[in-house]
Amino acid sequence: MVPRFWRKIKYRYDVVGSHCENCGSHYYPKREICPRCRRRGKLRDERFPDEGIILSYTVVNGKIIAMIGLNNGAKTLAEVCADKVEIGMKVKKAFRRYGEDGEAGIIYYGTKFVPSG
Amino acid sequence: MIGIVSYGTYIPKYRIKVEEIARIWGEDPEAIKSGLGVKEKSVPDLDEDTATMAVEAGREALSRAEILPEKIGAVFVGSESHPYAVKPTATIVGEALGIGNGYFCADLEFACKAATAGMQFCFAMVKAGMIDYGMSIGSDTAQAKPGDALEYTAGAGAAAIVIGKDPIAEIEATVSYTSDTPDFWRRDLQPYPSHGGRFTGAPAYFRHVTSAAKKLMEICGYSEKDFDYAVFHQPNAKFPARVANMLGFKEENIAQGMLVRAIGNTYSASSLLGLCGILDIAKPDQRVLLVSFGSGAGSDAFAIRVTDKILEYPRNAKVWDKANNGVYLDYALYLKHRRMIK
Repeated sequence: MVPRFWRKIKYRYDVVGSHCENCGSHYYPKREICPRCRRRGKLRDERFPDEGIILSYTVVNGKIIAMIGLNNGAKTLAEVCADKVEIGMKVKKAFRRYGEDGEAGIIYYGTKFVPSG
Repeated sequence: MIGIVSYGTYIPKYRIKVEEIARIWGEDPEAIKSGLGVKEKSVPDLDEDTATMAVEAGREALSRAEILPEKIGAVFVGSESHPYAVKPTATIVGEALGIGNGYFCADLEFACKAATAGMQFCFAMVKAGMIDYGMSIGSDTAQAKPGDALEYTAGAGAAAIVIGKDPIAEIEATVSYTSDTPDFWRRDLQPYPSHGGRFTGAPAYFRHVTSAAKKLMEICGYSEKDFDYAVFHQPNAKFPARVANMLGFKEENIAQGMLVRAIGNTYSASSLLGLCGILDIAKPDQRVLLVSFGSGAGSDAFAIRVTDKILEYPRNAKVWDKANNGVYLDYALYLKHRRMIK
């Protein structure tokens, strides 16, 4: 479990995704190849914007999981820390706990979103 | 000229009122409020801890000064509620801020003064030419045993201070006053701290804060009249008000930094959040006295002079706006937020 989490730290602690320098598309999470350009694609890691809007959401076990459209066009699924949300609401990234591997295991941190007012 | 080049703060949005805690323990809330001078305290969200708050404060500090993360040469996080007993919080912060891998880094622990010790480290490292910028963060989700007097004040918050050259507020001088005084402690594997009750006052807080402040003024040749603002560690609202009085300061000198009245004692973040509250409105050439206190015990004192650079520095959102906006919890939800029920 530890190495699997560790490999994703860069992409979870901040919104770092892929930018295709060939077609200009942005993807989150990171991709190995650009689905539009295929072998002509040139993917680079890029830090994405801090803000976006809620495109859609659902509530699972009391947690709000939303499809968020970031300001560069990329879409990401993430938890939104709020009592209530609505489609079109502006959100910004927040650094939070995802969970922990029991009381003695490691703590998983990563990006969630909060209303940006 | 070396000093504070940027600052950032984070206060979680939840609050619990003294009335709600007093209701559980059958105590008189009015007596507690007038005794402590605190009416409510901040409470972290379910998925927040010392590391997450430190990152938020650090991000605000970096974005306000538009400092590239890789320019930060040192990260220190002071806390007494580090998420791990062994494994640094500061590496989590450094990674989340995108600082890279070439930075000096350590967690610090000295009760509520660990982060001002971190500021002294950063100040010395910048002065020595080892780093361009250093960041010291005070962050705490303070623990308090249910039913203990500390439960009314133990809050949560974080403040990040970036030290470098060409500052918005010059650190003119800093000194410390330290002794072995066991007024407050937490033994290994114990979930909650213990304290010496009244012993935390005269031999601990008041002795160290006044001694450090007087030593600093002596070195600088200043008196209390040379300072426009003063900010002290805030375990409750009574202690800093009394120590201000002992040093010759008035309510108008300390009110802007007294965040404790709105959010309780944020431990390692306490005196720094107060400093940030003052920097939010301070004008060029105004001087601030900062004196922290950490149980065990010690105080770090700083003479800080605000420079012209603060006029072009973005100071929103202000600390008091963050402190005054809260969502209230009842005691059961408070226990859940503090992970006392799982």
